[in-house]
Amino acid sequence: MAFYLRKLLRLAAVVFTASALTFLLVALLPGDVAYEIGGPDATAEQIAAIRAEMGLDRNIALRFGRWLARAVAGDLGTSHRSGGPVLQAIVSRLPVTVELLLFSQLIALGLAIPAAIISAHKAGSAIDRSVASAGFATLSIPSYVMALLLIFAFALRLQLLPATGYTPLSEGICPNLKGFILPSLSIALIEWVPLMRVLRSDMIGTLQEDYILMARAKGLPTWKILLTDALKPSSLTLVTVLGLQIGHWIGAAVIIEMIYALPGIGRLLVDAIFSRDFLMVQGCVLVITVAYVVINSAVDLLYAVLDPRIRLEPKNG
Amino acid sequence: MAEALAGTVEIRRHRNAAKLGFSFWLPAAWICLLLLLACSADLWTLPAYDHMNFSHPAAPPVTRSEQWLPSQNGGLIGSPYTYWLGTDTLGRDIAARLIHGVRVSLLVGLLAPAIACIIGGTIGILAGFYRGRFESLVVAAMDTILAFPGLVLLLAIGFYLGPGLQNLIPALAILIVPAFCRVARANTLTWAERDFILAARAIGAGNRRIICCHILPNVVWPLAAYGLLLVGVMIVAEGALSFLGLGVPAPTPSWGGMIAAGKEVLDEAPHVALLPAAVMFITVLSFNLLGDRLRELTDIRNRSNTE
Repeated sequence: MAFYLRKLLRLAAVVFTASALTFLLVALLPGDVAYEIGGPDATAEQIAAIRAEMGLDRNIALRFGRWLARAVAGDLGTSHRSGGPVLQAIVSRLPVTVELLLFSQLIALGLAIPAAIISAHKAGSAIDRSVASAGFATLSIPSYVMALLLIFAFALRLQLLPATGYTPLSEGICPNLKGFILPSLSIALIEWVPLMRVLRSDMIGTLQEDYILMARAKGLPTWKILLTDALKPSSLTLVTVLGLQIGHWIGAAVIIEMIYALPGIGRLLVDAIFSRDFLMVQGCVLVITVAYVVINSAVDLLYAVLDPRIRLEPKNG
Repeated sequence: MAEALAGTVEIRRHRNAAKLGFSFWLPAAWICLLLLLACSADLWTLPAYDHMNFSHPAAPPVTRSEQWLPSQNGGLIGSPYTYWLGTDTLGRDIAARLIHGVRVSLLVGLLAPAIACIIGGTIGILAGFYRGRFESLVVAAMDTILAFPGLVLLLAIGFYLGPGLQNLIPALAILIVPAFCRVARANTLTWAERDFILAARAIGAGNRRIICCHILPNVVWPLAAYGLLLVGVMIVAEGALSFLGLGVPAPTPSWGGMIAAGKEVLDEAPHVALLPAAVMFITVLSFNLLGDRLRELTDIRNRSNTE
């Protein structure tokens, strides 16, 4: 119990620090935010009104307290560009990013698991070595280059899939899915490599266990041993890496959404940066970071639930 | 004293013992070539990288121009000039832009890890050596930086500081300080327990002397190996920001920006995007190969196996 409590406390501390930094991001912005929001032809009264509205004339600790209380209540302010509430914009964009990340994880796992099983089974063979080299080379391809290569091959040359554009789910599942194939592939074709590496090395370890020898001696077919006896105990680290990689995936998603014109939260963030929409940037960074921290901690806890040994180990740095 | 020297001597023997091979010298040659190009970028007889030739927009490789083009070092290039790698959408010479883009990529790729290595390495060694409350504080601080998703933190810092190389490099460095700190701390922890440190202490060496003469020379190699692996990551990250239009401001050429510009004409003139993409891929792959090789040679785990 103490273990979970400590984890939760740490989560709370990190979330608090992250929100403090996010708040400072806008609060300490060089130049006067009120003038930027008011625009070049704002009158002195308008500037004063904006200052009073945002509480710019007050103590920074007070401002942070007020901002945090509002954020917890779900009020991230109003975008001075669109005039709408920030949270509403983020919530409406979130499903696209989540769908993109889910699909790319599915594809990456679909690539990583079979590749890892074959590599571990035939460790040191030509197949193993070629998978390893292919993986090594793939990790040197940036996601935006991968996206362009896929667009070039599948959208422009073969004309199989749309290059850009997004169809909402309400207009049919098929067109919606079609628009997600290339974006998800752009992320998955790179990010499957770390997953494959982790699963491969864990599986090589598992395959040397006595009970695998026992299963083999009993005459179980190799594929059955690999899929049922070896895969499950080897996938613990995979779960953790999947969680740790989320940060990477989110970064890739930002760029992929820009390239494929997907209206996700990453695109919202970049557009907000370009239009210097402060509160929108702040809101996006806050939501993404908190989501990332929470996912990471959830994976950490899940790992502890799956593997009781973790709970007993003393905390080391 | 002989004991104290053992640690340093051991590493030297180790480095010489291993054969470096083809997968080391080929990438090393490529990076040397890039370094040469970056240094000599201004000396070549090339059109200025920002000269737009509107009669040859998005020209394919080996296009001959019949006009007199302004050379980058003043004066004119005698016609005809051949665009060996073609031109981009604005009619600018891709060869000239690639060569000048090397500067941005290498500057960011080498400087950001170097800064982060010095800062993170120092903090990590001190944390691993002195332990105690200072170590817990360092670990907690680094965990907080790591709690941010990389690119989002980078975008946030970039938004705060504004575009430009002078802001980009510190932002990237902050991002990777925790990684160096961890490597330095982990290595220091293992080296600090070795007998030759005890021996050094026994003959009266102070903390500063032990850190500088006995810990640092041993920790520097794994840090350098890690730094090489991060060079590729930094080049890709700079490319990503320039790709999004938030990196190096125009008209300074950057590979990421060139790839982004080529995206618009991917169908008609794929070379505009794919040439810089290929150069970036080869460069990142080279740094990864070098870093991987160096890591193999300096990994503590490998060494304890061979001992």
